[in-house]
Amino acid sequence: MILDELTNIFRDVFEDDDIHIENTSTSDDFDEWDSLNHIYLVVEIEKHFKIKFSSREILQWNNVGDMVKSIENLIVK
Amino acid sequence: MNTRLDFRKLAKASRKVKITDTLTSLKIAVMGNHALQFFSSALRNQLLLLGINPEIYEVGYNQIDIELIDADSKIYKFKPDVVIFFESTFSIQNGFYKLDSDLKRMNFAKATIDKIEQRIKYFDGKTFLPKIIYYSYELVDDNVFGNYFANVQSSFYYQLFQFNAKLLQLTEKFHNLYIFEINKYLKQVKDTRNWTNVVVSDIHFSLDQFAYLAFHNAKMLSTFSGQFKKCIILDLDNTLWGGIIGDDEIDNIEIGNLGIGKAFTRLQIWLKELQKRGIILAVCSKNEEKIAKLPFEKHPEMVLKLEDISIFVANWNNKADNIRYIQKVLNIGFDSMVFLDDNPIERDLVRQEIPEITVPELPKDPVDYYHFLVELNLFDTVSYSKNDQNRTLQYQQEALRMKAIPSLTNMNEYLESLKMVGEIEAFQEHDVARIAQLTQRSNQFNLRTIRYDTDDILRIMKSSDFLTFSIKLKDKFGDYGLISVIILEKNGQNKYKIDTWIMSCRVLKKGVEFFALNYILKTLKEIGATTLDGEYLATKKNVPVKNLLQDLGFSKKENGYSELSVVKFKNIRNFIQQNK
Repeated sequence: MILDELTNIFRDVFEDDDIHIENTSTSDDFDEWDSLNHIYLVVEIEKHFKIKFSSREILQWNNVGDMVKSIENLIVK
Repeated sequence: MNTRLDFRKLAKASRKVKITDTLTSLKIAVMGNHALQFFSSALRNQLLLLGINPEIYEVGYNQIDIELIDADSKIYKFKPDVVIFFESTFSIQNGFYKLDSDLKRMNFAKATIDKIEQRIKYFDGKTFLPKIIYYSYELVDDNVFGNYFANVQSSFYYQLFQFNAKLLQLTEKFHNLYIFEINKYLKQVKDTRNWTNVVVSDIHFSLDQFAYLAFHNAKMLSTFSGQFKKCIILDLDNTLWGGIIGDDEIDNIEIGNLGIGKAFTRLQIWLKELQKRGIILAVCSKNEEKIAKLPFEKHPEMVLKLEDISIFVANWNNKADNIRYIQKVLNIGFDSMVFLDDNPIERDLVRQEIPEITVPELPKDPVDYYHFLVELNLFDTVSYSKNDQNRTLQYQQEALRMKAIPSLTNMNEYLESLKMVGEIEAFQEHDVARIAQLTQRSNQFNLRTIRYDTDDILRIMKSSDFLTFSIKLKDKFGDYGLISVIILEKNGQNKYKIDTWIMSCRVLKKGVEFFALNYILKTLKEIGATTLDGEYLATKKNVPVKNLLQDLGFSKKENGYSELSVVKFKNIRNFIQQNK
């Protein structure tokens, strides 16, 4: 569910409607996933789920799964 | 046209724009001292939605002065039409703190302005003169002095205010300088910034804030390329006053102190200010004409009077047809018109029938009309001249002329009956603002659509490579003012070419081009020139002059130019008497 919503955001940010992401996806899997688009992603994720990540936790993500976990934690609270 | 597109929706919308040759091209250099990638991308997207396909050169982060000092820099090869300087208050703040004495701090605004003057002067003497847009500094206080800042000249916030005031004054010195006042457009977006991005990535505004700034900045740029509004068409009942004049009668309509009349008064006062600035007001109402005019004539609290309205159309016809009639009288593009109506059905009908016209989605509650319309910033402009103030009168005269046509049997008879008098002369200093404005505003009768600002015109006047002509026209109905501009450039031995030939659309089909050509050819003969070359550069709008040169007797050459022999030229008949 969260992964589906994330997929939509990734597609808009990377301007590519065909991409698929999984929990194991990392920035190495996508050419478009550079530092600027990473910022764009975070902004849009926060806006979509109406949450705010702490500046530290953003630095600790290693893959999409970590992002999903952060989102789940913030939504539950 | 949506001011409220956030960054992501904007990106999506702009992807649908097909990149074709019909889009206007524009070269923009963006310079700043904070991360501007998102700004540039939003600016590109907003411009695409406005029909402009920009080429944006983003100067490296914090490289402004290095880039400008080095004559071999890319910016000078790029030759931008516009340079945008967008600096952030946060970025200059540390520099301010490093100043170690109150005296130096008190001088901060002035020293910064001196630096900016220097930056603008780097473009002097280049082969191109870009328009420069300088962002004012965001007014954001460090609260070191709290509310006492105003009493301490060496406080940061005091110096920011000083800087912004001085920046506005710089426009008097540099005519190619325009200010983008950023503070007008902050706080209107929910989250102005994301502090993680400010601190970690030096991105000082939120993406949505960048999108909003880019919207207004893009509108400013589209104004530079000649896209702006000239006329506002007004519905009456429940738009200009509350209630229905046909049912409620004059004492019961809401304007002034009755009911929520103040909401309509506020709107009318604003419309009157626009009218004074040169925006044409027209009325388009489903009403009996006599009844519709009553409030304008009799109601003591009406701000707008009949003399403020250039064209008054009140009948029971379809509004789109009436707007087409108004367009015909004014002879301006539908895309330069705004239609205000409280009725969503009328708005939809007009939008469907005339898609080019701007139809704001007026809020339901009249108290929201004024601030809603103000925020749209529909009437951005890049020029202002005395001529603007007379425009209402000029169009009222035009409406009279239109009415006079049917009673005459042929065009020549009509033209003769107008008793036109023309005055043609080289550019005069006091006309420079109006001349520059004509080059900015004219789209239809414009042979090559080159836009000039006042500095350009002054430069052309002083150069011996150019011959300049301006034409003023009067007829028995009134004075048109300065309505045509022609610039000839020397093109080798005894040859000239037409650099610019513009005429206000208000005098189309009156033979002004014949009158002009006769005079020009006489001048060329006197100075011993042999040929005059001309060229038509097509745009979306200048179809009316597509065959102008051929119609005037120019013969086509192979290189896209046409030429006219000065010796063989014979005067063309027209009905304009020459003044003096």
